[in-house]
Amino acid sequence: MSSSDSDHIDTTARALEAALARIGESITEAQAREIAALEDCECKEGMFALATSRRALLSVASAVAATGAAAVLPRPANAKAPPGAVEYPVQADSTKEQGRMMGVDGGYGSRSQFETEVRWANPTKTASFTPMQSGYGIITPSGLHYERHHGGIPNIDPARHRLVIHGTVDRPMKYSLADLKRFPTVSRTYFMECSGTTGGELMRANQPTVQRTHGLVSTSEWTGVPLSTLLKQTGLKPEAAWVLAEGADAAVMTRSVPIDKCLSDALVVFAQNGEAIRPEQGYPLRLFLPGWEGNISIKWLRRLEVSDKPFYTREETSKYSDLITKTGKARIFTFTMEAKSVITFPSGEMRLPGPGFYEITGLAWSGRGKIARVEISTDGGKTWGLAALQDPALPICQTRFRFPWVWDGAPATLQSRATDETGYTQPTHQQLIAERGPLDAPGMLFYHMNAIQSWGVAPDGSVKNVHPLG
Amino acid sequence: MCIHWADAVRRIGAAAVASMLALGAVHAQGYPSKFEFGQPASEQEIAVIAIAIPADGKGLPSGQGDYARGKQVYETACAACHGADLMGVANIPNMPAGASLRLIGGRGTLTSQKAVATVESYWPYATTLFDYIRRAMPFTAPGSLSADDVYAVCAYILGEAKIIDKTTMLDAQTLPRVEMPNRNGFISDPRPEIFK
Repeated sequence: MSSSDSDHIDTTARALEAALARIGESITEAQAREIAALEDCECKEGMFALATSRRALLSVASAVAATGAAAVLPRPANAKAPPGAVEYPVQADSTKEQGRMMGVDGGYGSRSQFETEVRWANPTKTASFTPMQSGYGIITPSGLHYERHHGGIPNIDPARHRLVIHGTVDRPMKYSLADLKRFPTVSRTYFMECSGTTGGELMRANQPTVQRTHGLVSTSEWTGVPLSTLLKQTGLKPEAAWVLAEGADAAVMTRSVPIDKCLSDALVVFAQNGEAIRPEQGYPLRLFLPGWEGNISIKWLRRLEVSDKPFYTREETSKYSDLITKTGKARIFTFTMEAKSVITFPSGEMRLPGPGFYEITGLAWSGRGKIARVEISTDGGKTWGLAALQDPALPICQTRFRFPWVWDGAPATLQSRATDETGYTQPTHQQLIAERGPLDAPGMLFYHMNAIQSWGVAPDGSVKNVHPLG
Repeated sequence: MCIHWADAVRRIGAAAVASMLALGAVHAQGYPSKFEFGQPASEQEIAVIAIAIPADGKGLPSGQGDYARGKQVYETACAACHGADLMGVANIPNMPAGASLRLIGGRGTLTSQKAVATVESYWPYATTLFDYIRRAMPFTAPGSLSADDVYAVCAYILGEAKIIDKTTMLDAQTLPRVEMPNRNGFISDPRPEIFK
């Protein structure tokens, strides 16, 4: 290869390194171009590139063309592995020498150094978003599960952590992790979604990609002890009606939970996807309230106080309450995440290489149970067809849908519309605004925004976030 | 096991369950109803961490504070983010937007799509202000203010919001009696919505 090719690779590697060092800042088109330029698979080029402009894509194409065969671009020795990966030398011919010995990873594996998907953190560093555009199946890798913190990520020694349950109980108790793990446990695969997801998309198309519009939803298998089991140990006094859950983070985050939820499907979980929950998910212990807005599943759980009334904490009054501007009243204790869906392919800032067959795919979920059906429109909602739901379609879990589509090259508007087993169907933006009133205020979020998402496909194949209100 | 029990709970309701719990009556074959794990939590252990203050003020600590003292506390501990004018400071790196840091103003805006939700215009209970400041503020040293200072800074914010008089002394008795302007501004969740 020529020195200019080598320079180009060095440049792009440095750009990637710089981009990764800035994770959390918005990825600019220029950075995205550099990342896209490192992708070496022609089939992916364009379709999955983050860059939208034709010029950007041409620059990728010319970079690939300049190196001749695009199949294998040797990585420079000074390249830094992406987060979650280890940089190993790339073999010229992996069939002609032994691969690396097992165990060099120390016994805990990592993803390929060629995989670069990361969570995107908002500018205030209070939330990070799952890269849904490149996810497969229904499980979110633990390291890509969305985050929302109210006082950073505490680092807690599990040996010293205790869960105290007290209040209107017969026997106040404290439990160590070892104690909790001795109880009969259950594992359940559930989605979790922030109630603020897509709140910024109510009035206009706001964010460019599905990661940044919808990425505050993820799915894991969670393992822990039913909270009902623990409350059975402490006993409940007759007046017990609410339980305050409190975290051991700097926000000492608190939410009030109705007792009937605590006695039905609430879990106190210590494991996620078969291993201990990640620190950013509440290590060593979190509450998990299936189907409810994510923030109430208190992380770093240290205390449960049973009471006769809710506590009206800051996080359930000033935040996470839903102002209905139509009346000036705010809905409080709006726990359930209603049915919602989004097409993840094709989605914002992708580019279709040309007319022909595509499999539209995405995810649907409902806090009230199973997804019963997902309908797809390619003409902005004029006509709808049924998508195939991939098994398993579990209750309170993301469900993968697929829909065959032949694109004729004309402008198209792609939409998905989920209906859950209760018969509830995902609304339009106009329906939500008519029901609750508009909201477009700095510092205020339209929570529980589950309107039908639209992706516009232009004749040049570029895909962007489009909005029914223009 | 537990799931059958939980299903039963859903059907019969929480009140009945509480008495069943007391009797230890419901458990599946092969599993005990009681386990020997864990330790009793002592009153002293609970007192150290049980800091939540409900709307009736139960559990508020002794101590007191007024507007004048609160102004001093505010200027030292709060103004850097919330602003000398309590209107929030914009563009602080890694902090919420200025509008989110605003503490006062906004009355009469809640029917506007440009609603301004602050302690003054939106928060239903003054006890929540005390609870939150004591547990989570100031940002750089959460949980570091004395009870007197928390009462005082509440008095300053509520005074600037013209919710209480600048001479009011806040303590465990007076704080829960503060009438917040949006006290009746909250309704229960009517969802699922029926869309037309």
